Amino acid sequence: MSVGQQRAETAPSSPAVPPESHARSWKGPGWGFVAKLLLMMLVNAVGVAAILSAYNVGSWVILGVLVVLLGVADWIYFAKRTIALKYLFPGLLFLATFQMFTLAYTGYVAFTNYGTGHLGSMQQAVDAALIQDEQRAQDSPTYPLSVVRDGDLLGFAVNDEGVVRVGTAEEPLAPVSGAVVDDSGAATEVPGWEIVPRAQLFSDQSLQQEVVSLRVPVSDDATDGSIRTREGTTGAIYTSTLEWDPDAQTITDTETGTVYAPNDRGNFVSPDGERLAAGWYVNVGFENFVRAFTDANYAEPLLKVTLWTFAFAILTVLTSFGLGLLFAMIYNDPRVRGRKVLRTVFILPYAFPAFMSALLWRGMLNAEFGVVNEWFFLGADINWLGDPWLAKFAILWVNLWLSYPYWFLVTTGALQSLPGDTLEAARVDGAGRWRTFRSIVLPLLMVSTAPLAIASFAFNFNNFTIIYMLTGGGPAFSGTSVPIGSTDILISAIYQISGVSGGRADYGLASALSIIVFIVIGIVSAIAFRQTRKLEEI
Amino acid sequence: MRKHMTLGVVVASALLLAACGGDPEPAETAETSPGAAGDGAGTELVVWSDAERAEAIANAAEGFEADTGATVTVVQKNFEDLRADFLAQVPTGEGPDITVGAHDWLGEFVESGVVDTIDLADRAADFEQVTLDALTYEGQLYALPYAQEAVGLIQNVDLVGSEAPATWDELIEMATDAGFEDRPFVLYTNGAEGDMYTSYAFQTSFGAPVFVQDEAGSYTSEVGLGGEGGLAYAEWISENGREGTGYFTDTIDYDIGNELFATGETPFIVQGPWTIPTYQDAGVEVAVNPIPAAGGETAAPFVGVQGFYLSSQSSNALLANEFLANYLATDEAQQALYDADPRIPALTAVAESVADDPVIAGFLASAQNGVPMPNIPEMGAVWDFWNPAQIALINGEDPESVWTTMVENIESTIGG
Repeated sequence: MSVGQQRAETAPSSPAVPPESHARSWKGPGWGFVAKLLLMMLVNAVGVAAILSAYNVGSWVILGVLVVLLGVADWIYFAKRTIALKYLFPGLLFLATFQMFTLAYTGYVAFTNYGTGHLGSMQQAVDAALIQDEQRAQDSPTYPLSVVRDGDLLGFAVNDEGVVRVGTAEEPLAPVSGAVVDDSGAATEVPGWEIVPRAQLFSDQSLQQEVVSLRVPVSDDATDGSIRTREGTTGAIYTSTLEWDPDAQTITDTETGTVYAPNDRGNFVSPDGERLAAGWYVNVGFENFVRAFTDANYAEPLLKVTLWTFAFAILTVLTSFGLGLLFAMIYNDPRVRGRKVLRTVFILPYAFPAFMSALLWRGMLNAEFGVVNEWFFLGADINWLGDPWLAKFAILWVNLWLSYPYWFLVTTGALQSLPGDTLEAARVDGAGRWRTFRSIVLPLLMVSTAPLAIASFAFNFNNFTIIYMLTGGGPAFSGTSVPIGSTDILISAIYQISGVSGGRADYGLASALSIIVFIVIGIVSAIAFRQTRKLEEI
Repeated sequence: MRKHMTLGVVVASALLLAACGGDPEPAETAETSPGAAGDGAGTELVVWSDAERAEAIANAAEGFEADTGATVTVVQKNFEDLRADFLAQVPTGEGPDITVGAHDWLGEFVESGVVDTIDLADRAADFEQVTLDALTYEGQLYALPYAQEAVGLIQNVDLVGSEAPATWDELIEMATDAGFEDRPFVLYTNGAEGDMYTSYAFQTSFGAPVFVQDEAGSYTSEVGLGGEGGLAYAEWISENGREGTGYFTDTIDYDIGNELFATGETPFIVQGPWTIPTYQDAGVEVAVNPIPAAGGETAAPFVGVQGFYLSSQSSNALLANEFLANYLATDEAQQALYDADPRIPALTAVAESVADDPVIAGFLASAQNGVPMPNIPEMGAVWDFWNPAQIALINGEDPESVWTTMVENIESTIGG
């Protein structure tokens, strides 16, 4: 696209030179260059906007990455020698953003205890502990209050039953004379102090934060508490007993003398094991990975779930492949009339969103009101979704309904591309229908469809949608101490036991378990791909 | 030359950007003449809400915007997404200043350090006590309550009249007399997943609260589901399940239950205020009453409270507190929220003024029997075992073993 403009500018028009090849004879920076320039301007505009907003929120890592990426993009598209990269760069960028980053981040989370109670940083946990500890003194009245200042020094002026008292963070409240108050009781004029107007408070974020965090001691005795305001017009006496010591990294209860020190789980705990509510997330090493295997409560249910996951994925692929192929062969026969219309009808289930179909089937399989029992089983009370085995069957059935059209499409295409002469040769050699199918059609089909079958297996191994929408994993295992059920596959079981479904979410555990599932699928797929190579040796 | 061109592109795009007004520096800061009405230009308060309440909040914000000059941006989200998004985004600094939320999220919010305390000062006395209790965690109030809700017994007036049955047996008798011996009552079970939230009142009538309450009424972490009361309740479900009278089935999901009641297939259902429009649109005249007791004690449903949480990482805490305390806590704002989405108001005065609607009065009466749903984070684990146990009992499994295993599982999950 950007072959040198310099050459073009100096291109001589001497008649002695033989005509250059078409590719090199263009003049000036043509339309292609203009288009590129416009596109790159757009890219740079978006890039610079992103960099500026990253700067504004102070995300330095993102800012650095953006600057590098934008620089690299400009270099690639305006340099001469980077032809290959010009094609690869966008793809690489998306690969890095949507694949590598997600993978790496999941890996990172798997080694932490990120989850309920461990969401933020240690400093945030300290803030939370202090917030949760500070209580309004029980007998504290609500004082009309004004924010006052003297230069940079902020203070509060409170109206204590007609007496205006002023204090700062350092100086306890002391009465001043000559103050003027308005109807609400708040001071409007205090000698020696400037009243900070409300409007200014509202518009200045850093001033707001200063005011909200300002505590004016009531007296020299710290246990009397201090005045605090939340909205800037009223104040009340608050007391707190916890104190943060940034040097020692501990929180001390000034009332009881208990010292809460950080532990390796990301909590503040006292020597006798008492824990402050808020925690932060820390690295926990391989604990999340080990937990799933060592917890005796999980061992048996997880084994059952794993077996069912394999059974579900394999049976789904086999049944839907079989049914799809059967229909494909039937509707590939030239004797069938209206093949095109019929084929379209057969593909319909594929056109509905899977979760909608699953919900529909859930209604149809309802034991009491569903049409399946009513129409096909004479109103019998068959609890399709409530019995462990029937529920497994229902899942397989609905998934078959959802996925056979895919195989119908794929195998129809593959059947139509089978070499006609091979089939004819088989017929000439006296092979019957069954023999032709078994020895010619199927092996040739497998060459092109086996990799798709492996992909389909991997997809169904993690087919969360159908399980979640049809049975929700139920019916629950009876007698076990984990909240999972007979139709849970690994990925939905992970969703349940890591608490991500509601309650105490443990994203670290969820990430670790998903990585294990990822590895399992990876191994199974690798082995299967190896096997399919043999199919090609026909 | 090419270098210059690259530079030129960057400069040109930067200029373009500046021309488009993308300059993110605040235009001007704090230059106020004292006394002038607010000049909070540039400060923005972000409030998360679900679709039903977004408009009412925006209306309440109008006066606030005019008074302070700040802008209030209401961001709409799915109600259930609010919880996870708030938890995930507040620690990163990307969260809102204020969010609407349910009170049973509180324990998780406190443990994760994402909420700030609030102080209603003297205004607290104007709120229904149960709403304040629900939003209080370890002695601190964490949100401005604005609505409460509880399930109640809804009955079809044309079929069984509007008189409330006092006990479960009386309910069955009324329905049977009206010709509904097959389906005197619909118990919502969320299909085959179980739903103890709706059924909780029946359980408490057997004297089996989920957690034991101390004298002051706040929950301890001692599981109260076990014991004789719990077992009696388990047997009661079993007696009315598949193997017994067959009144309870595991086939009633939300739509089927509503449909059965709306089409007059059954005269009684236990559901919340949110289902009333469905019935009224179908032409059913409904009466709402407290839930009848099946055991010997008062049937106390769970009361859910909705409130406005303040983020602990808000950089506009002062402004946000002003908005909560002096705008959203007013009678007018609460009335507007009620008009937008009719739930029982948390302010006593507003609740009384809307209670001339008999339906609201019925739910209010039911809620007054109720207890707040526990707001401790352990509740998530309780549902995981509690709901499936209900289904197992309905399907005829042995009450004693099902219930005992469930209590053990809950205790071990909470303890561990």
